[in-house]
Amino acid sequence: MSKVTSVRGRAVPVRGDDIDTDRIIPARYLKEITFSRMGDYPFYDERFTPDGAPKAHPFNDPRFAGAEVLLGNVNFGCGSSREHAPQALARWGHPAHPGIKAVVAESFAEIFAGNCVMLGVPAATASKADVAALQALAERAPETVFTLDLESLTMSGGGLTVAVAVPESRRRALLEGSWDSTGSLLANRAKVEALAAGLPYLNGFR
Amino acid sequence: MAQKTLYNKVWDAHSVAILPTGQTQLFIGLHLVHEVTSPQAFDMLRERGLAVAHPERTFATMDHIVPTTTRGRPFADGQAEEMMRAIERNAREFKINLFDFPSGRQGVVHIIGPELGLTQPGMTIACGDSHTSTHGAFGTLAFGIGTSQVRDVLATQCLAMDALKVRRVQVDGDLRPGVTPKDVALFIINRLGVKGGIGYAYEYAGTTFERMSMEGRMTVCNMSIEGGARAGYVNPDATTFAYLKGREYAPQGPAWDRAVAAWRAVASEPDATYDDVVRFDAADIAPMVTWGVTPAQSVAVGSPLPDPAATPDAGERGSMETAYRYMKLKPGQSLADLRIDVAFIGSCTNGRIEDLRAAASVARGRRVSPGVKAFVVPGSMRVKAQAEEEGLKEVFLAAGFEWREAGCSMCLAMNPDQLVGDQVSASSSNRNFIGRQGSPTGRTLLMSPAMVAAAAVTGRVTDVRTLA
Ligand code: SF4
Repeated sequence: MSKVTSVRGRAVPVRGDDIDTDRIIPARYLKEITFSRMGDYPFYDERFTPDGAPKAHPFNDPRFAGAEVLLGNVNFGCGSSREHAPQALARWGHPAHPGIKAVVAESFAEIFAGNCVMLGVPAATASKADVAALQALAERAPETVFTLDLESLTMSGGGLTVAVAVPESRRRALLEGSWDSTGSLLANRAKVEALAAGLPYLNGFR
Repeated sequence: MAQKTLYNKVWDAHSVAILPTGQTQLFIGLHLVHEVTSPQAFDMLRERGLAVAHPERTFATMDHIVPTTTRGRPFADGQAEEMMRAIERNAREFKINLFDFPSGRQGVVHIIGPELGLTQPGMTIACGDSHTSTHGAFGTLAFGIGTSQVRDVLATQCLAMDALKVRRVQVDGDLRPGVTPKDVALFIINRLGVKGGIGYAYEYAGTTFERMSMEGRMTVCNMSIEGGARAGYVNPDATTFAYLKGREYAPQGPAWDRAVAAWRAVASEPDATYDDVVRFDAADIAPMVTWGVTPAQSVAVGSPLPDPAATPDAGERGSMETAYRYMKLKPGQSLADLRIDVAFIGSCTNGRIEDLRAAASVARGRRVSPGVKAFVVPGSMRVKAQAEEEGLKEVFLAAGFEWREAGCSMCLAMNPDQLVGDQVSASSSNRNFIGRQGSPTGRTLLMSPAMVAAAAVTGRVTDVRTLA
């Protein structure tokens, strides 16, 4: 599995607190049994009217086409646990666009942040003032290339550098390339079975 | 760090190892699976040549996409039918338990776990669904997870987890007449905010919860996630044990007494310490209604809606302004008398038998207001059967409600039950997000099942206490 030490790319601001995963991907697209087409749907109902006419939304704005870092605000990704949400962001615009490779916001709902890391997508937090500065810069100069550096825990671009935070375990998982946890969990199989053998409810409460 | 809490005890008993990242490898005692978030996980197992590690601890059902007007197969919606076939095939191929229509046990995953006695105190539980927090009502640690984590649990029966802090949410006193557990949940979220619980598990404690039924405790724990808390629990007690006794998967015979002793022992100690404690008085809680697009945007029914200008935080102010625009409401107005178009009673928050009884007691002898579409979706086939046995179906039908088959239905509108245009729905579910109930402009007001029934019969948002 690949190590994720930094993400470089242009940024797309998606402003607003409490942007829930129903908004990131409406439930009707969850009827597909694979993730393969999720990249067609991020923010669908915010981007298109019911008749399919485009609405004003950063994901429809040609200045942000091909952006790889999403800049959000407070409690981004709250609500449903659907992994379809980070999948839709990570696959956004394929094959023409690379998709979202990192999300920087003031705060995240936990399940969403965890789902991002499972895909190798860092979810980093920054202060309200720093997020505001990043969003303003990306809007003023959309061509700015930012670097989210997980070693130095900074987000920089266009002469601006701000501090970011990623929970240490997730940062290590990304840096070490162990963000897909199945392998490390499987490695402890003997310990798992020993623990299960001692759990009262798995053994008739004896 | 919290000490001697149920959270610590259950976490420690299920800790397999510390992973190289510093995360804990946590054994999951019960894995619940539904049709929407699992097919990709099973595909990942196939791609990697992995089996399900503990199929006997894995239980699947279908709830999100099933139509509620018919059980006939194939479904009219080809995509839904394909999803049904996927879970049937995956259950067969990986030899996991499936509660499907013919089993008579199908239902919303968070309703059937408890009603079958699968959910037991002291367990760790995971499901690819954020409302897994429901199961905490039994004194479990229950987590909603994403699909890649579903793959982890299928393949290893474990999750890589970071520890949570524990906040004791203490509510004391008797609920006033007409005030229900749903109102308690909405009140707590209103006070602590939708992100107040990030990083925490909530321990609900105090005399209000001690006196609450298991079904009420489930309603409150269910909505923990709406307050940002990934898990919420109530310490197990005599109410818990009485609910579980005799259920299909509950321990039987001599194992029962040993189980009860073990369950008692997982409760938080009287001298437990917490990372945070908040206290509320039950007497301050009134029937609640949401007016906005997050579950925290609520008021006591009849109170004026809040003024964004009085909110110091710019982000929150922005959220409120978005909500007012979307909901077509104004600061200062009262929701009382707001017309509704649809009344939905159901979901894992309020689709259990006590919820249906509460709604039926309002509907009894009344008629659904002309122009309102009102429907009741029992949370499971068992709930439906019991409600029919108790005569609730007749009450609802006589009042002009539709009586449906079990499923999630218009809680998230992945099936044909959907709002149209900017209809206003009085809903007993848990999310009033933009577009949640199937129309990108649909408007959802969350409230208790009794309040939904009151709105259905008056055609307007109504304080249920005013209906004699
Ligand atoms: S009833 Fe609603 S919240 Fe509960 S599992 Fe179904 S869709 Fe999710």
